[in-house]
Amino acid sequence: MDALLPLAHGMAVALQPANLLYALIGVFLGTAVGVLPGIGPALTVALLLPVTYKLDPGGSLIMFAGIYYGGMYGGSTTAILINTPGESASMATALEGNKMAKAGRGGPALATAAIGSFVAGTIATLGLAFLAPWLVEIAVKFGPEDYFALMCLAFVTVSATFGDSPVRGLTSLFVGLVLGLIGIDKLTGQARLTFGVPELLDGVEVTTLAVGLFAVGEALYVASRRRHEPEQLEKVRGSLWMTREDWRRSWKPWLRGALFGFPIGALPAGGAEIPTFLSYAVERRLCQYPDEFGKGAIEGVAGPEAANNASAAGTLAPLLTLGLPTSATAAMMLAGFQQYGLNPGPLLFAERPDLVWGLIASLFIANGMLLVLNLPLVGLWVRLLAIPQPWLYAGILVFATMGTIAAKPSVVELTMLAAFGVLGFLMRRYDYPIAPVVVGLILGPVAESQLRRALSISLGDPMVLVQSPFAATLLALALLALIAPFVLKGLSRFRAEED
Amino acid sequence: MTPDRRTLLRFDPAGLVVACLLLAVAAVIWWDTEALRITSVYGVGPKAIPYAIAAGLVLLAIGNLVIAVSGAAPARESIDPMAVLLILAGLAALIALIAFGGGFIPAAAILFAATSTAFGRRAPLTDLAIGAALGLVIFLLFDKVLTLALPEGPIERLL
Repeated sequence: MDALLPLAHGMAVALQPANLLYALIGVFLGTAVGVLPGIGPALTVALLLPVTYKLDPGGSLIMFAGIYYGGMYGGSTTAILINTPGESASMATALEGNKMAKAGRGGPALATAAIGSFVAGTIATLGLAFLAPWLVEIAVKFGPEDYFALMCLAFVTVSATFGDSPVRGLTSLFVGLVLGLIGIDKLTGQARLTFGVPELLDGVEVTTLAVGLFAVGEALYVASRRRHEPEQLEKVRGSLWMTREDWRRSWKPWLRGALFGFPIGALPAGGAEIPTFLSYAVERRLCQYPDEFGKGAIEGVAGPEAANNASAAGTLAPLLTLGLPTSATAAMMLAGFQQYGLNPGPLLFAERPDLVWGLIASLFIANGMLLVLNLPLVGLWVRLLAIPQPWLYAGILVFATMGTIAAKPSVVELTMLAAFGVLGFLMRRYDYPIAPVVVGLILGPVAESQLRRALSISLGDPMVLVQSPFAATLLALALLALIAPFVLKGLSRFRAEED
Repeated sequence: MTPDRRTLLRFDPAGLVVACLLLAVAAVIWWDTEALRITSVYGVGPKAIPYAIAAGLVLLAIGNLVIAVSGAAPARESIDPMAVLLILAGLAALIALIAFGGGFIPAAAILFAATSTAFGRRAPLTDLAIGAALGLVIFLLFDKVLTLALPEGPIERLL
């Protein structure tokens, strides 16, 4: 029960009026960007990083976490009402949710999504509160070789889970690793890949890369294929309230969704796509009315929506205890910690317990706020979808460039922003996933310094990397995750040819 | 399995370009790392990881080439190149204006109008005005209230 006392202290921090206000702003912004198709929580945090670096670190991080949770709630609204999921995490919701809305049951679909998100989010946040101290105890004993192995595993799983082919994911990851090389080597002071440009000595700013890839790249991509996307907004018809039957059919999927979302979110494999689709598949199999699936079964909304919120809480566990981001939004939150000179990990729990536990406690509050914001106010959020797309993206671009110059007032930085935008556009167009680039840029230099630290302690003996059983296991898992997709693909091809 | 006409037709030129780009980046890293002058360091120096990444890029170039040749590329929709160019022109104008001291507000107005035109609106003058208003609000809020330094031009100095 060593989580209860710090959690109570955290609650006292989170209930301070200023922090309540930050949480409210966070969940409000998060819901808004979740509702708007095309802008996700990762982009929003990236856009806000430069404008928040003078604010209070604790409050800003509470706000970022609120955006993360809010984005998960808001995404369901768009998925249900216009069948254009705001986030990839809401794709499974759109399958049944939009059918329900078309059948005039949009109200109960939104309700089961919001209540399920609340239930699962609360369970998963409790899970986070109890898992975190335990993870911290393990992490304290980690040597540099263990961290290096952990990051290798994260590299592989992040590239293998995003995108349809591991080669494409790894290509994206390596783009990030190359960008991470740019700048002064921290251990020897050597300038690498700077080509004599003084602005590059500090390395590539994570925010510039993320805003370029997510905001500028997304705007270019959407503009380029504007003609292909007709959108149909379903009106919320009928009662918002769920019938007794709806409740009976929803509560088990909520709980199961939480059970899928939290552990998978907490694994270095990360992401919300896997647990949501897993939950969808399981609900489809367990449903008492299997013929309703595909026509608007409430279980198909309740399960995935619960799973995606639970995975958001799960993602925070490795982020806070190990400094390991397993989703794009978590990567941006890590950048948020770093801009205040804070490094998530066991030390942060020891040095700034008020900040960490205040953040965890505020997640409970954010969840409650989101339930209130989303159910009765759903009409307000739907109106956001009426903002004309040209103005929406034009505004995003203006805000994106503003954030970049505010962080680093130089023309070189703006040019890099535009270049990353083009890169993001091309990657999206040619099916290369974006998130591994950001993860590679953030984790690449950390992994390199851990590796070199491990090897200098061992006087250059590479066997140190596999001497700790933990590191050896992680490296073996990473190797397995790297090879498995190729082998499985080979097997399936083999089978297909046999037929 | 011999490559028949159908698989030849599905050859993906984008994959070939990606493979070439990856090789080029690997070469640049190799060349840059070669040029580093290093006094001897304990354990692994700053050269090892760049070499490893360059080697990884070469492997990935091969992987991308294999995908391109095997015809595993998904079908792609046609795009509207004008829209992309228009937004990039807007960004270029913004960079130029800021580089030559034009200030944030006019730069924001031009970017706003260019982007909204790229998204299919046909009212550039209205959008210029909206963009200027947005730029003004952002400037007042972030430069004056939150004390972030945004680039100033003749208009901003009047505020």
